[in-house]
Amino acid sequence: MNVDIRRQGGVGESVRRVDGIPKVKGAFEYASDLHRDGMLWGATLRSPHPHAQIISMDVSAAAAVPGVVAVLTHADVPGKPTFGLDVQDQPVLAKDVVRYAGEAVAIVAAEDPELARAALEKIAVNYKPLTRVTDMEQALEKSAPPIHPQGNIVRSLTIVHGDPQARADVWVEGMYETGMQDQAPLGPEAGLAVPAADGGVDLFIATQWLHADLGQLAPCLDLPPEKVRLHLSGVGGAFGAREDVSMQIHACMLALRTRRPVKMSYGRQESFYGHVHRHPARIWMRHGASRDGKLVNIQARLLVDGGAYTSTSPAVIGNATSFAAGPYEVPNARLVGTAVFTNNPPCGAMRGFGAVQACFAYEAQMDKLAAALNLDPIELRLKNALRSGSVLPTGQPIAGVAPVRACLQRLQALPLPPEESALDRDPMLLPGGAGNVGHGEALKRGVGIAVGYKNLGYSEGFDDSSEAWVRVSVDNEGPLAEVKTAAVDVGQGLDTIVTQIVRSELGIDRVILRQPDTAIGSAGSSSASRQTMMTGGAVQLACQAVRAEIDRQGGLADLRRPVEASRVFHHRSTGKLDANGQGDPHVTFAFGAARAVVEVDQELGLVRVVQLAVAQDVGRALNPQSVLGQIEGGSAQGLGLALMEEIALVEGQVKNASFTDYLIPTILDMPPVISEIIEEPEPGLPYGAKGVGEPSTVVVPAAVVAALRHATGRELRRAPVKPDDLVGL
Amino acid sequence: MEVLLPHSLEEALAIKGERPEATPIAGGTDLMVDLNFGRLRPAAMIDLSRVAELASWQQEDGHVFLGAGLTYATIVKEMPEFKPLVQASRSVGSPQIRNRGTVGGNLGTASPAGDALPVLAAYDADVVLRSRARGERSLAWHAFLTGPKKTAIAPDELIIGTRWRRLRGPGSFSKIGTRNAMVISVAGLCLVVDEENGAVKVALGSVGPTILRATEAEQQIAAAMTSSGAWQDSSITITEQVIDEFGSLVAAAAKPLDDVRGTAAYRRHGCRVLARRALIWALNERRLPAWL
Ligand SMILES: Cc1cc2nc3c(=O)[nH]c(=O)nc-3n(C[C@H](O)[C@H](O)[C@H](O)COP(=O)(O)OP(=O)(O)OC[C@H]3O[C@@H](n4cnc5c(N)ncnc54)[C@H](O)[C@@H]3O)c2cc1C
Repeated sequence: MNVDIRRQGGVGESVRRVDGIPKVKGAFEYASDLHRDGMLWGATLRSPHPHAQIISMDVSAAAAVPGVVAVLTHADVPGKPTFGLDVQDQPVLAKDVVRYAGEAVAIVAAEDPELARAALEKIAVNYKPLTRVTDMEQALEKSAPPIHPQGNIVRSLTIVHGDPQARADVWVEGMYETGMQDQAPLGPEAGLAVPAADGGVDLFIATQWLHADLGQLAPCLDLPPEKVRLHLSGVGGAFGAREDVSMQIHACMLALRTRRPVKMSYGRQESFYGHVHRHPARIWMRHGASRDGKLVNIQARLLVDGGAYTSTSPAVIGNATSFAAGPYEVPNARLVGTAVFTNNPPCGAMRGFGAVQACFAYEAQMDKLAAALNLDPIELRLKNALRSGSVLPTGQPIAGVAPVRACLQRLQALPLPPEESALDRDPMLLPGGAGNVGHGEALKRGVGIAVGYKNLGYSEGFDDSSEAWVRVSVDNEGPLAEVKTAAVDVGQGLDTIVTQIVRSELGIDRVILRQPDTAIGSAGSSSASRQTMMTGGAVQLACQAVRAEIDRQGGLADLRRPVEASRVFHHRSTGKLDANGQGDPHVTFAFGAARAVVEVDQELGLVRVVQLAVAQDVGRALNPQSVLGQIEGGSAQGLGLALMEEIALVEGQVKNASFTDYLIPTILDMPPVISEIIEEPEPGLPYGAKGVGEPSTVVVPAAVVAALRHATGRELRRAPVKPDDLVGL
Repeated sequence: MEVLLPHSLEEALAIKGERPEATPIAGGTDLMVDLNFGRLRPAAMIDLSRVAELASWQQEDGHVFLGAGLTYATIVKEMPEFKPLVQASRSVGSPQIRNRGTVGGNLGTASPAGDALPVLAAYDADVVLRSRARGERSLAWHAFLTGPKKTAIAPDELIIGTRWRRLRGPGSFSKIGTRNAMVISVAGLCLVVDEENGAVKVALGSVGPTILRATEAEQQIAAAMTSSGAWQDSSITITEQVIDEFGSLVAAAAKPLDDVRGTAAYRRHGCRVLARRALIWALNERRLPAWL
């Protein structure tokens, strides 16, 4: 969809989203709507076993079904047999071993989707089940079978800061756990592969990062990169789920083999198997402080379950470990993080990327510490808050702004919502909502706060640059600016921000965005809260170059020929961590704090979140309405993790692969969000704007569970909190 | 797949008689899910949504008849005096589901988590079935619901509706779910008081293979109200101890399992809490002055 906007404002204004009206009207084309005449439908056969050897496979019966055009297995992968974002260890199609239930084993193309799915049942695979490792601690045991030749450790790192033996007056200790959350984007994975006359393929795809897909597709398809052309299709949310390849290679293989367009479109159930999830974590922490409430020493061990393949586990555990001390100054620490392989579904990117799990643990610890020291929890946090210039446990100083105190103080200043009487209240607005389970019996209110932070952009030496092309011409309607990048609007509003930047930089109202594809250089991923900063930066640079040229030619009025420029934006370079976890790993950070007010039905363990308030460090709000949207959406996803969202696994099998039983918050679960936007421009970033997508997701789970602890007096070590935990069963 | 579109009940029964293998579809909110997941591929479907006779309700000589095609949205709108039924209907799904979903479909699916079913069980409702060949028959709810997703319907029959004797007395329906709306019941409870017969009826959903009645608890509370004179004089208080005992007996009637939606222990606990609350609400409501 090319978006043509003829009006509306520039940077700093709440410009209406360019995709808003088409989405609301149903006119926006999502990848699942893609269609070509004569196209085939692809379907995927998946392993029912979490760990098994493939003894034999017979596809002949499936291939013989009328209407089935191709049945492909590992033997048909044209090139490299494996893919992966970081390490290419995941088979395009399993060859001799399957390592998780849901792993792709064979693919089919048929004349219609129903036929394709029916044909899958005709593929005979003979499996020999192997010993499975479905618990992250079990994975570390000597006796555990290695899931990959190198063993079961994906990455382990230790950050040693100051003197980890340092003594403290008061210690608190705790074990914390978070479950496997699903990104649950409303649009499941989909794409359309079209074979090209030059022997290559064009893939129309909903993804987060066209070039990362390309980098994995081309070797697997054994094609030069220029013959694999990716075009962005409409993306129905991502939240990390589209960072890894799902059906991309499969659809291209089927299209190249059949010489016909092939569409693949997962249903909700398959989507749960088709993408990575948030890493479940087990975290032990011990916090030592002086009597007067200064942090002295933090010890932490973090273990996350990476599932069957590497995906982004190394970066997730890197993040979790480097943020384990929280947004606090601490002179001494020893933080050990380990990501393991198991035969559970692979885990990878999800909004908050390791920072969520760490925050859940360190904020619970800060509350424990406040209780032990008899200090107000906010005071304790204020006493220890990071500031600009503070040195992190990795030795990295905070170069930019760090308004941790401002976040906390803004929350402190907000009045609590008035206590509401349960009498006369619509039961819909009590814990249990539409279930009519109470009239206010055993109702208890609780308030909790949490503060946290996360990196923006890719870390540890990664140069995730972004390229933009801008062209200005004048036709009989006046000046026109055209922009192209490979950056993906996953629903976060990037396209709108880009048009605002162009208007501000060039003073041209008429802006056309070209559809992103791989003909232009990489924009990096729409993740890590980075696109406004990176692609926004590239667009700004390209606009400035075009503007300089226009000025040189005597201004827009005299423009004879179109002026164009391409520019690449790089963030400052970062470095890897050394053996002691020391270095300069992160570009910069965004901070946030949340306050949750909850009501608990103490007898039934049901919850109503009355209000969420989030104070977030945004640098500068380029589109305030969009910032609020991100804060509210991120809060909803955080509330989901706190209260209900978890992929239920039993022995490696997903038990709730549908929206019937994988619950995400409804409008009766999600309270109003009070957003406090803190604007302190970040030096070195375009317009001083920080990414805004993640901090609310980082802090809200911790705040909600803190409020539940406050209401019930229970320890609540694990999120999501179950009714059983709240009533103490 | 053939979709047959009868416009009258007679036509629908004729089709069902000729083609007993054809699957009736009312709101489709259960059926279409099964179709989408490929769990069901009927050769033919009979769409009942045009059969007006099924979509109505009436009262006749102290009885209520609720047509199989009545949607939850219609119940909420048109039947406010049947509070437990309205509360159950309001707890079903989302507005979209309540606009399509029917009580007949809830009966047809016969899930232990069907939210209308504990209400029908507490009302001691009959399920009215009809075939072209043999005419109409009525089965008590428990004779109709023979097991999880199993019913006593014959292949040539349709569910016409459900009928119960109208009760005088307070009552309520409650459903525990792990989110505040649009959730499958973890435990559901309907309690109704039958003032004329001096009875309290309690039915449980989602805590057994099918809907359960807590008969021991029903007898205990009815007896306690008799011995204390509370049936005659609603101002007489029922002791905490009796209420607790009632809760325990209701919990004991549950036969819950652990599954992905909840643990057996929590479900049993939930039944106890809901039972106590529902009883207290009913007793309080009995104390309200008649003019209210
Ligand atoms: C998102 C969602 C949420 C839901 N939430 C709830 C909930 O909270 N509580 C709940 O109880 N249910 C819930 N359901 C399930 C469903 O909505 C109910 O069971 C509803 O009552 C089914 O009615 P229907 O008319 O849609 O049935 P259909 O799907 O049309 O039919 C269901 C079954 O009944 C049979 N049938 C229907 N009418 C007749 C008839 N007259 N004679 C013979 N057989 C018949 C059909 O053949 C089929 O087997 C939900 C479903 C969805 C999709």
